[in-house]
Amino acid sequence: MTALMIINMRNILSVIMLGGIYSLISAILFVVLDAVDVAFTEAAVGAGISTVLFLSAFAITGKHHDLKRRNHFPALLAVLVMGAGLMYSTLDMPAWGDAEAPVHQHVAPRYLEDSYAEVGVPNIVTSVLASYRGFDTLGEVTVVFTALIAVLLLLGAIREDEDQS
Amino acid sequence: MKKNPILRETSHVLIPVILLFALYVQFHGDYGPGGGFQAGVIFASGIILYVLLHGIKKTEKIISLQTTKLLAALGLLIYCAVGVAGMLLGGLFLEYNVLAADPVAGQHWGILFIELGVGITVASVILAVFYAFAKFEK
Repeated sequence: MTALMIINMRNILSVIMLGGIYSLISAILFVVLDAVDVAFTEAAVGAGISTVLFLSAFAITGKHHDLKRRNHFPALLAVLVMGAGLMYSTLDMPAWGDAEAPVHQHVAPRYLEDSYAEVGVPNIVTSVLASYRGFDTLGEVTVVFTALIAVLLLLGAIREDEDQS
Repeated sequence: MKKNPILRETSHVLIPVILLFALYVQFHGDYGPGGGFQAGVIFASGIILYVLLHGIKKTEKIISLQTTKLLAALGLLIYCAVGVAGMLLGGLFLEYNVLAADPVAGQHWGILFIELGVGITVASVILAVFYAFAKFEK
């Protein structure tokens, strides 16, 4: 519903605000699905930080945007075909909450059974992220750091600091 | 900020609580939901709230763009240092079992330090990106 509103909006400020609300609704959805860690991240990053960053980017670029209502029939067709294909492929997925689904047969049982003895951390999400997949998390932190370097280079904040000193 | 007494006073009550909650999420991530990433975001959002209310110049006296850049690198360095420490103590890169006498205690130390590194990097990167946007002049 919120997503439909976003598509129909022509004012960027309202789109940003609705984007925040959309993230908050997704966070609630994640809580319903018992994924509290993901919900936490979605609420903090999606609803909080990205809204603020969008607003500050909006403050830089200003209100000069030229949006004309045009109908892109090829685009609509592509989206419809893609959506129909995705929906058709869900028919092959295992039933919702099925304990025999392939995703529950791979490494998940091992984590659930052995992680407390091996890592000693009650929150299995933390033990998987920080211990079993520590290398992945190192990569994620590096990506975040690289993003900072890219933003600073693009916005010229590094050069500005050198001029002052 | 003299015009908005309600906003100012509410923020004075809220910001310490937000920062404290960030630290709670950081160090309680082993037991409840959360961890370094979420804690960093919450910590940065507390400081961003301060920027929104008091302006960027006043905030930069407390924590400058230069500091956030250094802290972002420091967090990543802590993470890598934990990995290298495991190697020096005879294990593999990022193997925590060798960090203490007991493997489980070693895992605790490893997770604590890498989550600290993640938290520092994420908080300072978000703050630095926000500074870069806020200070940008056309």
